[in-house]
Parts: sequence; structure tokens; C-alpha cells
Amino acid sequence: MVFIYFILLTSIALIAAIKFDIGPVKFHLADQGIFNFPYIWHFNTYIASILKFFLLLVIVSMMANEYSNKTLKQNLIDGLSKKEFVLSKFYTVVLLALVSTIFVFVVSLILGYSYSDFNEISIVTTDLEYLFAFFVKLVAFFSFGLFLGILVKRSAFAVGAMLVWAMVEGFAKGMLYWKFDTMVANVMQFFPLEAMSNLIKEPFTRLGAVKTVAKQVGEDLSKDFSVQPLDIVIVLVWTAIFVYASYVLLKKRDL
Amino acid sequence: METILSLKNLHKKFGAAIHAVNDLSFDIKKGNVYGILGPNGSGKSTTLGIILNVVNKTSGSFNWYGGNLTTHQALKKVGAIIERPNFYPYMTATQNLALVCKIKRIPFTKIEEKLKAVNLYERRNSKFSTYSLGMKQRLAIASALLNDPEILILDEPTNGLDPQGIHEIRVLIKEIAQNGTTILLASHLLDEVEKVCSHVVVIREGVKLYSGTVDEMVASQGLFELKVDTDSEKLMELLTKFEGIASIKTEDDKIIATLNKSVSASEINNYLFHNGIVLSHLVKRKPSLEQQFLTLTNKN
Repeated sequence: MVFIYFILLTSIALIAAIKFDIGPVKFHLADQGIFNFPYIWHFNTYIASILKFFLLLVIVSMMANEYSNKTLKQNLIDGLSKKEFVLSKFYTVVLLALVSTIFVFVVSLILGYSYSDFNEISIVTTDLEYLFAFFVKLVAFFSFGLFLGILVKRSAFAVGAMLVWAMVEGFAKGMLYWKFDTMVANVMQFFPLEAMSNLIKEPFTRLGAVKTVAKQVGEDLSKDFSVQPLDIVIVLVWTAIFVYASYVLLKKRDL
Repeated sequence: METILSLKNLHKKFGAAIHAVNDLSFDIKKGNVYGILGPNGSGKSTTLGIILNVVNKTSGSFNWYGGNLTTHQALKKVGAIIERPNFYPYMTATQNLALVCKIKRIPFTKIEEKLKAVNLYERRNSKFSTYSLGMKQRLAIASALLNDPEILILDEPTNGLDPQGIHEIRVLIKEIAQNGTTILLASHLLDEVEKVCSHVVVIREGVKLYSGTVDEMVASQGLFELKVDTDSEKLMELLTKFEGIASIKTEDDKIIATLNKSVSASEINNYLFHNGIVLSHLVKRKPSLEQQFLTLTNKN
């Protein structure tokens, strides 16, 4: 599973190969500037975070296996404390997020140096906060998975619970837009999944080609694409809540 | 003698209806072999679960080593085998034991020795999932003995094993007990407890019925089994008159006379013969732990 995940991460590079060659219209995606520094940091972390669901399965099944193999019980009997157990799982989460981040960094660097129009160090190193946001986002998302894994004990149901929660957030968002119209974003930003997706905003409307088209049809797409400190704080708070809730849950439960 | 574990007024309720452990108190002293006896569903495993940090108590208290250590610290000095052997199926025997070493904070050097002791050394690099049930059980034993525990806790250790496996476990328990290791053994198999334990705690529906030594529990003046070919009513009548006989009951075609003071077989034979009764069967014996246990647990 982890292996497939990293293969998929690498496959971001395949986007470079997207070429349309229809008679007079020649379109090569890599030439459209998606691999330009510093934009590549934004684009690749956004694309790579879609793949986080693969690692969610890993995290959730890791927890479910602890229950079904009864190794959680055995570890506690051997003298592990529940706190140490939750921490050890959290370290695994952090490690997976860190490895993913480093991997995305390396892939982006290679792609960038192959296709980017600008290779100056000062430009390469700008906007690296997207990588930090990517890391924070993964840690929070996997912590959510960890919590759900401990809560429902079955990997399939835990993933289901995640989807149900995503629907709940979507429903809440829809209801709020319907009832209040304004201020919705201010409320929604405190929901966990919404906060995580706010960390790295969609990069497509930032692309030069898209902007040009938008300008031609008279639409102004200028918005702030940078990583907001408030979003980071909200996501970190959620991470803490998930990890602590996992511990409380485990402490209260009879195994 | 040092007290290793002490339980005070321990309660465990599952919901409102089930009172699995009810006001249980007892002490485990170093060097003794304890048996927790009780029918299925009497709260034995729940009690062990509580002291092993996997089941939360409802009220009451227990402490390890006089409260000087937290439960998870104390468990690092304990070896425990409960239910089935639980290990990571995708890891080898060595890797699984290495993990236990890490948790218990002991050096890895013991792994080889213990694997050899349970005859798994040749298969040390096979994944746990490829093991047979007997091998899994032996790995569990190796894991429990890894830290040379001060106290070994066993829950139904022979459950689901073949006769050979049962015999191996019993031999092992006796060996370990002879080394002076404290053992706490939960079982409903009475001969098992009678053979290896020095002390016994009997519980039923979570309530402690008896705790003390095995010898005290089976100690009584014993009983007579008598049989006569002809006049059993006269025999009963004579027996009721005899001083030292507490009660008489008929069991199949035999008469069972329970004693409340020491009476020898020849005394009773002589008495009956002089009163014109010739016995066809006379046996004096002590009640087994099984009978005592049934007497205790059948009382309502």
C-alpha cells in the first residue's frame, strides 16, 4: 500500500508528458508553466495531497489490525501504557507525513529543474511554506484517521466514517450558504476537513494560461493563494484534539 | 513475605445488569502458587484483565508492589499469558520478541535462550502467521518468560491444547514454581489447580467464596462410603446413633457418611459388626477439591 502510494506520488511527473497535438493546436502541459518555480511547490503539494487517501487506508488498517490481532491488548499486558501506545501511533503518523513531504520535495525539485524557466536559488526557495502546509495537512488528516480507527476498530467502517464526516461538512456548508449567504467561510474554516483543504488552495486559477482565459471572459480570479497562519493553527488544534481524543477513548475502553 | 499484588473491594460492572466482579479482595504473596477457581463466566478473566491494565475497574482499588509502581511499570516485571497467543502475524518470532523486549526495557540477549527453551529456535525467522497453534502457544510462553518474571499470570493456559500440549504446560508450570516464581493461575480445571497450586481463591458470579490454602480447603475429617447387601435401613439407623457422624446420605446404592471428628475405619466396622451388620463395602476417603468446589459454588 505504501509502495503504491509512492509510485503514485512519482507519477505526478507523468503530468509532464501530457501533450495534445491536434493539427495546428499544439499543447504541452509542462510548457504551460505548471513546473515553474515557485509555482511547482503549490501545484505538486496540491496534487500529492489528493493521494493522501492511500496512506489513510494504511493508518486505519494499522489500527484495525491492532484490534483484530489483539496485539494492542498484548502490548498493554506486556507493560506498555495507553499513553505510550497512542504516542507510538502518532509518531508513525508523523513519520509517514514527513517521508511523504520529503518525497514530494525531491520529486518537485527534479521536475522543476527539468522544466522550470527559472532556476535561480532565490526563486527555487520561495513559497516553500507549501511543503510545510502539506506536512501539517497530512499529520492532521492521518491523526483524524487514527482517531476514527480507534473509534470504530474496523478499517472499512473507519474509512466510511471519514466519508460520512466529509458529507456532514458538505451538508453543513450547503445549509449555511443557503441560510446565511455571507460569513459562511468564517464559520466553515473551523471544520477539520475544510480547514485542511484551506491550507493549500486550488492552484489552477493561479496558472498563467487560465488567468489569461479568465481575463478574456471578463472574470477576475485574483485571490490570496498563500498559506494562512490561522489555517495552520486551526489544523494543529484539530490534530491535538484527535490525538488526545484517541487517548481518552482508549483509556475508557475495556479491551 | 512480600506482597506483590493486593486487591481491595474491587468491583466491575458491565452496564447495569452484569456485575462481573463483586467486592473482590485478596493478596498475592511472593513465592506462592495461586489458583483462581470458578465456573465459566464467574469473573476470573475480568479480574485478571483489571490487574493487567486492559479492563477498567468500576470501583475499589488494586496495587502492585504496595503501590510503589504504576500498573504499566509493574507489568514490565510480569509475564502473562491470557487466552490465545497474540502477536503481529507478519513479523517473525524474533521480531515479535524483540518488540516485547523493547516494551519491557530488557536486552535482546534473552530472545535466543527463550526460543531454544520452547523449541522454536529453528523456526525463529518464520512469520508468526505460519505457526501451528501449539507453536503459537509456545511462543507466548517464551514471550511471558522473556523477562524472567517475578510473577507469572496464566489464564486457562491449557485451553484448546492437545493432551501433549496440556502436559507440557503443566510440567512447565511446576518447573517455574520450583524456581520460586510466584504464579497466578485462573482455571476451571480443578485437578490442574489441585496439582500445582498452594493457595486458592474461589469465586462465583464475581463474589469471593473462599480464599486460603488448598490444604485447608480440602481439610475435613473425611467421609465413609458404606454398602450392605441386606438391611440398609438398619445400617442408616445405626450410623445416626454413632458419635462423630455429621450427616448421612444415599448416593446410588452406597451410603455416604460425613464425619465431624476423627473416626477410623476399623472403629466403625467393629461397631457395626457388633450390632449385627456385615458390610460388603467400606472406604474412608478425603473429599477432593472438586467436591469441595462444588459444595462451595452450589450454595445459594
